[in-house]
Amino acid sequence: MSATIVFDPRGFELPADQRRILRWTIYIGFIALVAGVFHGLANALSYARIDFLGWFPGLKTYYQGLTAHGVANVLIFTFAFANGFLPLLVARALSRHLVRSLVYATFVTLLLGNLLVIYAVVSNQASVLYTSYAPLKAHWTYYFGLVLVVISTWLALANMLITLQGWRKQHPGARIPLLAYICVLSWIMWGLASLPIAVSFLVFLLPWSLGLREKVDPLYTRTLFWFTGHAIVYAWLMPAYVSWYALVPKQAGGKLISDSYARITFILFLLLSIPTGFHHQYTDPGISVTMKAMHAVLTFGVFFPSLATAFSVMAALEIGGRARGGKGLLGWIRTLPWGDPSLAAQLLAMLTFVLGGVTGLINASFTMNKVIHNTAWVPGHFHMTVGSAVALTFVGIAYWLIPYLSGRGLYSRKMALASSWTYTIGLLIFARGMISGGLEGMPRRTFLAQATYYSEAWRLPGILTAVGGTIMFLGIMLFFVVIALTLVAGKRGEQPADIPVSQTLTAPSLVGWEPRLDKIKLWVAFAVILILIAYGPFFLTYTPNAVSQGYTFW
Amino acid sequence: MKVHTYEKGFLAVGGVLLVACLFALLYASVAHGIRLPGRVATIDPARVYQTPPFDKPGLRQVGPREYVAVMVGQAWAFNPAEIRVPRGSTVTFRATSIDVLHGMNVEGTRVNLMLIPGQIGESTQRFDEPGEFLIICHEYCGIGHHTMAGKVIVE
Repeated sequence: MSATIVFDPRGFELPADQRRILRWTIYIGFIALVAGVFHGLANALSYARIDFLGWFPGLKTYYQGLTAHGVANVLIFTFAFANGFLPLLVARALSRHLVRSLVYATFVTLLLGNLLVIYAVVSNQASVLYTSYAPLKAHWTYYFGLVLVVISTWLALANMLITLQGWRKQHPGARIPLLAYICVLSWIMWGLASLPIAVSFLVFLLPWSLGLREKVDPLYTRTLFWFTGHAIVYAWLMPAYVSWYALVPKQAGGKLISDSYARITFILFLLLSIPTGFHHQYTDPGISVTMKAMHAVLTFGVFFPSLATAFSVMAALEIGGRARGGKGLLGWIRTLPWGDPSLAAQLLAMLTFVLGGVTGLINASFTMNKVIHNTAWVPGHFHMTVGSAVALTFVGIAYWLIPYLSGRGLYSRKMALASSWTYTIGLLIFARGMISGGLEGMPRRTFLAQATYYSEAWRLPGILTAVGGTIMFLGIMLFFVVIALTLVAGKRGEQPADIPVSQTLTAPSLVGWEPRLDKIKLWVAFAVILILIAYGPFFLTYTPNAVSQGYTFW
Repeated sequence: MKVHTYEKGFLAVGGVLLVACLFALLYASVAHGIRLPGRVATIDPARVYQTPPFDKPGLRQVGPREYVAVMVGQAWAFNPAEIRVPRGSTVTFRATSIDVLHGMNVEGTRVNLMLIPGQIGESTQRFDEPGEFLIICHEYCGIGHHTMAGKVIVE
């Protein structure tokens, strides 16, 4: 028995102009990825004390490059991709056009925001790193550009909500198709999570950079950043989870085991992603230990839906592997279609994510956090989450999505496969270097090639970081070659006709408790209550201490 | 369905594991006395060098083998850049910043503190082994960030 996760399994195609704009929205993301990885390579080499600055004539300082790497790869790449990918899936799930004006508005806002940020970073007026900690003060175009990027995500959310609302009016009493449900819930979570950073930028940092506000409170704006900042990593991850839940089972020849469990998992992410931010501020003064402990517990809580995801996704893959003749306890792993570059990239993403998740739990454990906070451990960890689980999944999705949207077949499966394997091997070496260096106190965000201090314990970790980073760079470059060749030389007509939409073993029920899962407003209300409990005491008892003028120390 | 029995079992084991990890965390923080910095006090970063105890940065003895190290972080140095204590000493670092965010990580110890303008942070550590321990600024603080370091010398 099986059931559909979309309204009409037979297929649906958006009007050509909407498809074209969504395609270009996604291109912005991949162009940002290309721009960012050069600086990624440079940073990795610096850990082996290779001073690369002379090789990059456009780059004035290490920290300018690091700002570009962070902004391009985790802010622009991820959000541009999601802005194109999620609305496309909602339209497919509901067999319904998107709101045309909003598709255009999302694209234009994103593009404009990008141009402003590029101006600020390239002209070296915003070398503040992507965390934008005050009182380092960037040029106003940097803050305004990032605000526009966030607004573009709100426009994409509005588009999905209006499209869903229209569908529900026409189908009263029907369950929301699962694919639309998980996309919308993911982006509602992000919509809620983005409010603190919007306040930080619009109320404090932007007016401050324009000279309209004299001083800011560094702890206050930092806390607003991390209020958004942990959920933001889930916002990067959610489009990957959508693919793992709703598309990967189809690509692997399996089925998603349960409609309701998938919905519950996404509800848990909506509830638990946001009230966890203080675990990024364990070593900050000015925040009570009780609040930090509460966020530690909630951070362990948000690990739970990821465990549920691990089970669901593996069960779906096992069904696929066994249907293809896999025998025994683990024989089904071998018989998965590893030759499909889209699936292989995502399977590798899942494998590295196991290590990313485990290191994440260590970050959340405040006892161990005191050893690794702000050391190379942390980027070691998040290159196994956003740098692989997310990036490699988006790469895998691109292998069907770009052909699907451009009408050209993937240029070379072999090159595409080689890219993902190369990247993964590089990543594991790189992360091994960063993680072990971090345990020895090797700092992150530091130009070690020119540092006035060094520890012998960092030598091997530094070399592994540089070697791994170089291999990652080669892997991702191969991806760009494949995509570029697909766009200019891919055979027309060889593209997939439809999005790989999976099925579930159990259909959504129309009776009992299950339809309540679709009461999105109710879940949003619970999420808001939990946020108020987790952040209310801090904001009620903290008196803003606006003491800092701006500094441009770069 | 069988799948759901497995899933319930998997999630139950996972849930128990997470709770066990939380208890281990609680035990470690109590048994080993691992403390996070909390709310200490606020300060005007423009007047740090006029505000006691930061008007006289440096080490002061407060008891037998007990010291307070008053540290100021600024672009791009720690003041003082070096402190010397006899082995077996317990040192409470009391630190703040006069300009941008800095960090203070003492190599091989649990001293890992953010220096945030406007806030005073505290962290305590016992030094039993003789040797030199790097103090590293581990938060980006501008173009000279990688030159900002100091030393704890245990004699």
